[in-house]
Amino acid sequence: MDFQSCVNIKKEWDIVGARQLGRDIARKIGFGTVDQARIATAISELARNIYLYAGTGKVCFEALEEIDHKGIAIVAIDNGPGIQEISQVMEDGFSTSGGLGAGLPGVKRLMDEFNIHSEEGKGTEIRVVKWLR
Amino acid sequence: MSTLKLDLENYKELLKEYIRTKDEQALYQAEQFSKQSMQQKISPDEIINVHIQSLQEMYPEMPDYIQASLNFLLETMISYGVAYQEHQSLREKQLELKSEISVAANMQKTLLSTVKPEIDEIEIGALSVPAKQMNGDYHHFVYDDQGTLGIAVADVIGKGVPAALCMSMIKYAMDSFPEMRMDPSGILSSLNRVVERNVDSSMFVTMFYGSYDSRDHTFSYSSAGHEPGFYYHQDKDEFEEIDVPGLVLGVSAETSYTQYKKKVEKGDMIILLTDGVTECRQGDRFIEQEEVLSVIKSYAHLPAQEIVDQVYKYFERLQDFYLRDDFTLIVLRRNV
Repeated sequence: MDFQSCVNIKKEWDIVGARQLGRDIARKIGFGTVDQARIATAISELARNIYLYAGTGKVCFEALEEIDHKGIAIVAIDNGPGIQEISQVMEDGFSTSGGLGAGLPGVKRLMDEFNIHSEEGKGTEIRVVKWLR
Repeated sequence: MSTLKLDLENYKELLKEYIRTKDEQALYQAEQFSKQSMQQKISPDEIINVHIQSLQEMYPEMPDYIQASLNFLLETMISYGVAYQEHQSLREKQLELKSEISVAANMQKTLLSTVKPEIDEIEIGALSVPAKQMNGDYHHFVYDDQGTLGIAVADVIGKGVPAALCMSMIKYAMDSFPEMRMDPSGILSSLNRVVERNVDSSMFVTMFYGSYDSRDHTFSYSSAGHEPGFYYHQDKDEFEEIDVPGLVLGVSAETSYTQYKKKVEKGDMIILLTDGVTECRQGDRFIEQEEVLSVIKSYAHLPAQEIVDQVYKYFERLQDFYLRDDFTLIVLRRNV
């Protein structure tokens, strides 16, 4: 896959870097303030999951341009322990970060598309897309 | 007012109106606007967004620091927006669960239904009201052609769905051994083995089983740790506690139950209940046993069914129409 840009997540500070880059790309694509804020929140959530549960990983961004619409794709990849019960972490009210974060269901709500692949012991890849309306 | 939508124009007009007049009318419209937005499941961050856009259009020369501060506010609201949507979907799920439980409660009602036999010699009053939708109390009558009336009253320690599931099992266990139905100690011993084998050890069931022989007017009974019942002597206008020892069902497979027998005089009553009756509360205060008895006594002149109905109404009122535990009360009176 050819990503426009990636941010490696190793320390908490990198979450801010990922937000910043994601927001810049979203702005260039043409997203308004509220959508930029939503995209940044989703990036935070994905990056924080990597930082908290996998230790290290990366968040990559891709500007999508199709004939009739534009959008942004964000892919979060880690080689962490993986998620055992995906259906459980996708359930409302089951937040792994102590109920403080929006959790993965929150990310799904903030974005238009949500895809998750996770293998125990190998890692997790989450790809989300938001389309410009 | 009826065609409000969360569109920029509308919000901008309302806002403009308010900035100009600063009167209550405009604020009332803001309230209507927010209610309508909620009906359309519009989250708070979107309102802030519309507010920012309205301001930008109304005041193109808006100072930069105000613009920045509004963006900052918007950012802080994003997670509230997500939480709001989560709340919406949890609410829908809750409604779904509620309707499922009410279907289950109806099924349970059918499963556990019992017919109050009409017998010349004995007058029966019975009432069982669940605290929540599903009942963890159970009572059952059987009347055979030899003139013996069997009465079971049981209570699962616990409430709601788990208790109700457990009760359904007890009912079917009882249906499966009809041949010893009229022998209280035998029934309790058999049920004890069923509960011990099939029910989680954290769940206990108490049961009182009595059998009334309408030919010689004797009442035989055994109890598995159940709330003591009462015997009412009409001649003395006094109650006597029917408190008999017996381990709750399901503790040990080897438990046996002693059976007791009592002669019942004309006009006397046997009162069986669950702890939902004796543990009624007024505020934080548990009511005293004397109070339960004096309430029963005050209605003792009425037909048996009316006694239980009136006693229930009394305690329902006393507890502000909020039952904390399932409530079951049975009154038997020798008529002839």
